[in-house]
Amino acid sequence: MESSEIDKIIKQYGKKESAILAILQDIQTKEKYLPKEVMEQVSQKMRIPMTNIFRIATFYNALSIKPRGRHKIDVCLGTACHVRGGTKIIDKLSRDLGIQVKETTKDKRFTLESVRCVGCCSLGPVMVVDGNVFGRLTQEKVPGLLKEFK
Amino acid sequence: MEVRTKADLEKMKEKGLKSLYPGKTKISVGMATCGLSTGAGKVYETIQKEIEKSKLPIQLSQTGCIGFCQREPVVDIFEPGKPRVFYQGVTPERSVELVHQWLDNRVVEDLLLCKMEGEDWVVEGKVKDYSVQHIPAGIDGTPHYHQVPFYSKQLKIALRNCGFINPDHIEEYVAKGGYFSLYKALFEMKPEEIIEEVKRSGLRGRGGAGFPTGSKWESCRKSKADRKFILCNADEGDPGAYMDRSVLEGDPHSVIEGMIIGAYAIGAHEGFIYVRDEYPLAIQKLRIALQEAEKAGLLGENILGSGFSLKINLFRGGGAFVCGESTALMASIEGNVGEPRAKHIHTTESGLWDLPSNLNNVETWNNIPIIISRGADWYSRIGTEGSKGTKVFSIVGKVNNTGLVEVPMGITLREIVYDVGGGIPEGKKFKAVQTGGPSGGCIPERLLDLPVDFDRLTEVGSMMGSGGMIVMDESTCMVDVAKYFMGFLKEESCGKCTSCREGTKRMYEILTEITEGRGTMDHLDLLEELGWVTAEASLCQLGGTAPNPVLSTIRYFREEYQEHILNKRCPAKVCRALLRYQILSNVCTSCGRCAKVCPAEAITGKQKTKKEKGKPFKINIEKCIKCGMCFEACKFKAIEVE
Repeated sequence: MESSEIDKIIKQYGKKESAILAILQDIQTKEKYLPKEVMEQVSQKMRIPMTNIFRIATFYNALSIKPRGRHKIDVCLGTACHVRGGTKIIDKLSRDLGIQVKETTKDKRFTLESVRCVGCCSLGPVMVVDGNVFGRLTQEKVPGLLKEFK
Repeated sequence: MEVRTKADLEKMKEKGLKSLYPGKTKISVGMATCGLSTGAGKVYETIQKEIEKSKLPIQLSQTGCIGFCQREPVVDIFEPGKPRVFYQGVTPERSVELVHQWLDNRVVEDLLLCKMEGEDWVVEGKVKDYSVQHIPAGIDGTPHYHQVPFYSKQLKIALRNCGFINPDHIEEYVAKGGYFSLYKALFEMKPEEIIEEVKRSGLRGRGGAGFPTGSKWESCRKSKADRKFILCNADEGDPGAYMDRSVLEGDPHSVIEGMIIGAYAIGAHEGFIYVRDEYPLAIQKLRIALQEAEKAGLLGENILGSGFSLKINLFRGGGAFVCGESTALMASIEGNVGEPRAKHIHTTESGLWDLPSNLNNVETWNNIPIIISRGADWYSRIGTEGSKGTKVFSIVGKVNNTGLVEVPMGITLREIVYDVGGGIPEGKKFKAVQTGGPSGGCIPERLLDLPVDFDRLTEVGSMMGSGGMIVMDESTCMVDVAKYFMGFLKEESCGKCTSCREGTKRMYEILTEITEGRGTMDHLDLLEELGWVTAEASLCQLGGTAPNPVLSTIRYFREEYQEHILNKRCPAKVCRALLRYQILSNVCTSCGRCAKVCPAEAITGKQKTKKEKGKPFKINIEKCIKCGMCFEACKFKAIEVE
């Protein structure tokens, strides 16, 4: 990420400590994760110690310091999805993609993650791929749904 | 349009009424997250194209969720002089049919959910009668809205506008009485009077703990400081609860109006709405609503010309459950990690940046305008002695009708599960209902006649929480549920207090031992002891309530734990390590479907063809990974789980 681009994001929120989460989120939206160099630049520009930035980046589930694939699959593991078989959906994806949760496929196509409730409890089990919510899942339905994400 | 006087507000109301009830056919598509995930977006597009293509005299609009999420996408059609009709499970293909049939004065019967001949205007205490004169053909057998079991026991206060207005249009909110309470509060009431009214209404915090809202406001008002904050907790983290999402997506102005009234009452001029990162649509709708309110002069400098100013900022959370705790939420806004602190000094005295801060939940804020407009006397007549008003529950899990229901406090759990929820699907047996999220507990069948009320739920070892109600049947394992919550809490514990960080982890490990067949009876005593320590020695309520799912399941379902420990059996057939899959050779039709889906190649047999009969299939236990794919795939119920 260009230094000027980082400046633009920081300017939008202001150089105050309370803006750090929003700034990191915006950077992540562009980069899909938080590269170390970018965090270092943010640290210098905002005059916030790197240790603090790193602490925030590792505390919040929404932030990732590990590179992610082109598409992000979030399988809901809220209570309603759990009792309706959400873990079976994770297992199926895990087997098909050959990765565990929080891992990325070798071809960088998918990153598999779990999320605790997206608030679509009536339609469980649910997964979200790049913001598209798919409800009423079964293990069998999963492969077909992933086809459109190249 | 800028609103400066009451006349301006009336003018905006007129404009909104024209948009809500145009003198022609209006179609609204429910486009909250639940609607969109079942294809409401495509339905909307299809109808839009059809209107343009055939030049139809129809106004198309979008709205929030009407609560019956399971039946989404829901589409409603309204035309002056006719009953309003609600369609369920609408697909893009069939949406065109609905439109044309309507114009031919007919309804599509098989998709009808209900009809409505008048609409409650709760804020003004009126019913808007549709003065029905023309009855479309085919509608006679359709139940009225209030006759549909799902809606029959509901009383909508918090969800008053969800599914009826377009959340992006501030005029439509005003048309239904919105922002008139703000006017009343600013010009006809003193701050102390507002606080008194809220106190007398008996409103208690809807976020879970049930602290009396008026008393909280009072102590914040009395705190002396130059700067104070008003905060909205929209970090709805309890898995299984999503009423706040629905309110924010369908009626964001109700929350904003409540916050402005609250800010005026306590004397705050700055505010934050802390929204969960997992709710992108709610963030979008809130952003629009805040802009619209500012543009109209209902938020910002010199609101309605009263001299009172308030700035509300939107803060996007980072996906941490603990940030729903008040002090953690404030730490997060300050730019720190969301770790709670001890609350010897209340946040109403020293909260955000050590200044007096008043935090309330989305649903609490949403109730304020109604209390101001209808008065505390009216509000406090609803509910029980200690819990006034209504509460929104998300009734989900193993129940026929799933969705958001708003019922008066005091209704029994049985009424919610069986009357509103329609009972358990597939004729299975009810086992428990889980309330209060990870801080709550599981309530067994014998306590189903318990009235829903803050104090009664706490008495039985659960809690109201934010209103998630997960119904569980005989195929839900209670040990697994306890393990599920402990897994959740172990991940979400911020790690500050050792008792919570280590306690949840150890409890999770013990529960894993039990579900994998290595449990001993001593484990139960250890769980109870660990639970007690975790609850007593943790700073915030995440740790303080963490043992509830374990303790309540041990209390009510001890036999199930014993089955796992002594007989190494999971009666609900959930705990994988204790299961065995096998094919019933007398039921197997040799179709071979199971072998095809088996990822472990553990199923063998001879598939039938047109010429040959084939042989029943068999599962090789050694190879079986117990994924359950064959069980799901078999159409003949030939696969048995033990």
